[in-house]
Amino acid sequence: MTFGIVYIALLMLLLLAGIWTVMTLNLLKSAIGLAITSAILSLLLFLMAAPLAGVFELSVCAGLITVVFISAISLTKPLTGTEARARDHSRVKRFILLPVIIVAVAWGLYVMHPHLDLPLPAADVERDVRQVFWNIRRIDLVGQILVILAGVFGVVILFKDHPDTKGEIPRTPDAGRRTTDKDRPDTKEGTPA
Amino acid sequence: MPVLLIIVPLLALLVLNLPWMRLMNRLALWVGLILCLIQFFLVLHSPSFFWEAPPLWLGRLFLFAPSLDYLSLVMFLAIAIVGASALLVCRYSIHDLLEPVKPGACSHKRFLVINLLILALTGMNGVVLANDLFSLYVFLEITAVASYILIVAEKGRDAFEGAFKYLVMSAVATALILAAIALLMLTAGDLSYANIKLAMSASSDSHIVLAAVAMLVVGLFIKGGLIPFHGWLPDAYSAAPAAVSVLLAGIVTKTTGVYTLIRIVLSVIGFSDTLENLLLLIGAASMLVGALAALGQSDFKRMLAYSSISQVGYMVLGLGAGTILGLAGSIFHLFNHAIFKSLLFVNAAAVEQQTGTRDMNRMGGIAEKMPVTGCTSIIAFLSTAGIPPLAGFWSKLIIIVALWQSGHIAYAVLAILASLLTLAYFLSMQRRVFFGKLAAGFENLKEANVWILIPACVLAAITIGVGIGIPWLFETFLLPIRSLL
Repeated sequence: MTFGIVYIALLMLLLLAGIWTVMTLNLLKSAIGLAITSAILSLLLFLMAAPLAGVFELSVCAGLITVVFISAISLTKPLTGTEARARDHSRVKRFILLPVIIVAVAWGLYVMHPHLDLPLPAADVERDVRQVFWNIRRIDLVGQILVILAGVFGVVILFKDHPDTKGEIPRTPDAGRRTTDKDRPDTKEGTPA
Repeated sequence: MPVLLIIVPLLALLVLNLPWMRLMNRLALWVGLILCLIQFFLVLHSPSFFWEAPPLWLGRLFLFAPSLDYLSLVMFLAIAIVGASALLVCRYSIHDLLEPVKPGACSHKRFLVINLLILALTGMNGVVLANDLFSLYVFLEITAVASYILIVAEKGRDAFEGAFKYLVMSAVATALILAAIALLMLTAGDLSYANIKLAMSASSDSHIVLAAVAMLVVGLFIKGGLIPFHGWLPDAYSAAPAAVSVLLAGIVTKTTGVYTLIRIVLSVIGFSDTLENLLLLIGAASMLVGALAALGQSDFKRMLAYSSISQVGYMVLGLGAGTILGLAGSIFHLFNHAIFKSLLFVNAAAVEQQTGTRDMNRMGGIAEKMPVTGCTSIIAFLSTAGIPPLAGFWSKLIIIVALWQSGHIAYAVLAILASLLTLAYFLSMQRRVFFGKLAAGFENLKEANVWILIPACVLAAITIGVGIGIPWLFETFLLPIRSLL
């Protein structure tokens, strides 16, 4: 019974964190929201005696997705006031039907009561997180170090670049294209100037 | 000890980023080249102490026993050759933009790109070594993340657009692959290839298993840039810096898409009529649509990108034949394509760097001023079009014979037609870029320097050598493929 309450509480938290992740306007907060969602999901998986799945979830979120998000966020720039107001207006219109869809899908699932009959493996309660992480999936640590290195190099390349570009996408439509006559380098020496 | 193919590059990356920046900047290229050369010679000489069971201490340290076979060795060889070529092109085409970060230190773009190239090579080695789906996923992501950043290394509007499309499509592929992994884990309770194969044979009619296989295969089609999931590929290939184009077109999509597809089919899913028909359909569509789209391009690298889609179609078509011969043709074409497509992108890098344009309509007669680039380009395009006795001819011939023998005569005819289309668009390219009268403004054009001529000549020599040496390579290269089925 107590466990049931814990599950329901965690599922509610998972749902709230997920909604916050999707709805928040700040990308950094959204990334943090995703990390929280993933952490709650991992906790649920551990409680449901699936430590292997829990470790995978943590690995994916902490190691891989976070780096991708940090790289993606580094490519963005803040909106101006007008742009932000226009975005807020279109957001309301875009998501106004979301609660209705959620309720309809939940009701449909409740009515249909789909029975997936998944051939679930026997839960291996003896394998805890430490065992899984250090005794079974040790090679994933190498993978995570490599992804973190990729993220670091990415941030350095995107931020520490030539003073002319300063990490921004060129503003004119043709800027950045390298096939125009004006970009043709001096070829007298056989190598670019 | 094959796990050292991941660990040693990782340690090299860590050492390269120690505080002695100026020294490490100079060493980075050579470290990358040495790593590729060691990998190359390890495959060619196959020392048993390296490829067989690891020493006890190494096994205990990493708890990773990769399953190696003939396919893995072919991939390691291709990764080493294309990786070394990309590093040399990087030395030629990426400028060091010195920018003081703090007193006594400076940031070198080329150094960072070389680091990321080594990282991508390590990721691909990991993909080849993986013996379970989650490790495969982790190393696929390492390669993909390194590739996104490499594409935007020189920034610019096109690069951001190409990288963004690649990122979005790759994210969709990742989501599908992850969902498939979750479903297969539900079925098998484990993610090793062998255990999943066992579980799948026990519950082959399960809808969950079928859904998982469908998602996995579609995810890999996206990674390989196959029709109709190819939208990202021409933009990513053409907008990337020259060295990155060589790596992406030469080996990245082949490893993350085609190799992984072959591995999953061989080690996990197994052949079935439905899968074979799907592979044949997607392969034929990619082969034809890629070739037709390449005909209409005026951008040199974009034309090569569509050509890649077409050639990947051949590989998938060979796999779809579902026979040993088809598999042999597919793997052989994968290796050949890695070599001759890298050569074509090396030549494109030389032409772009020396002329400042990729627009083929503004070029002409360049072979007069760049004879080595023109000559190696002819070798590469003849091989791509399947002209004897070059390497591409043999692999295409094997694929066509395999299709014919397995009763897929219509697909064999389509493969021959696509080869004629390939010849047409490459002849058009050759005429517009290298032959004819020298275009105005190129009077002072000079041949590219040695950093790009070395990889071009080596890749051309391999293309000719593999083609001419096929009677000798038959036993060492093609017959061992029987052991995979």
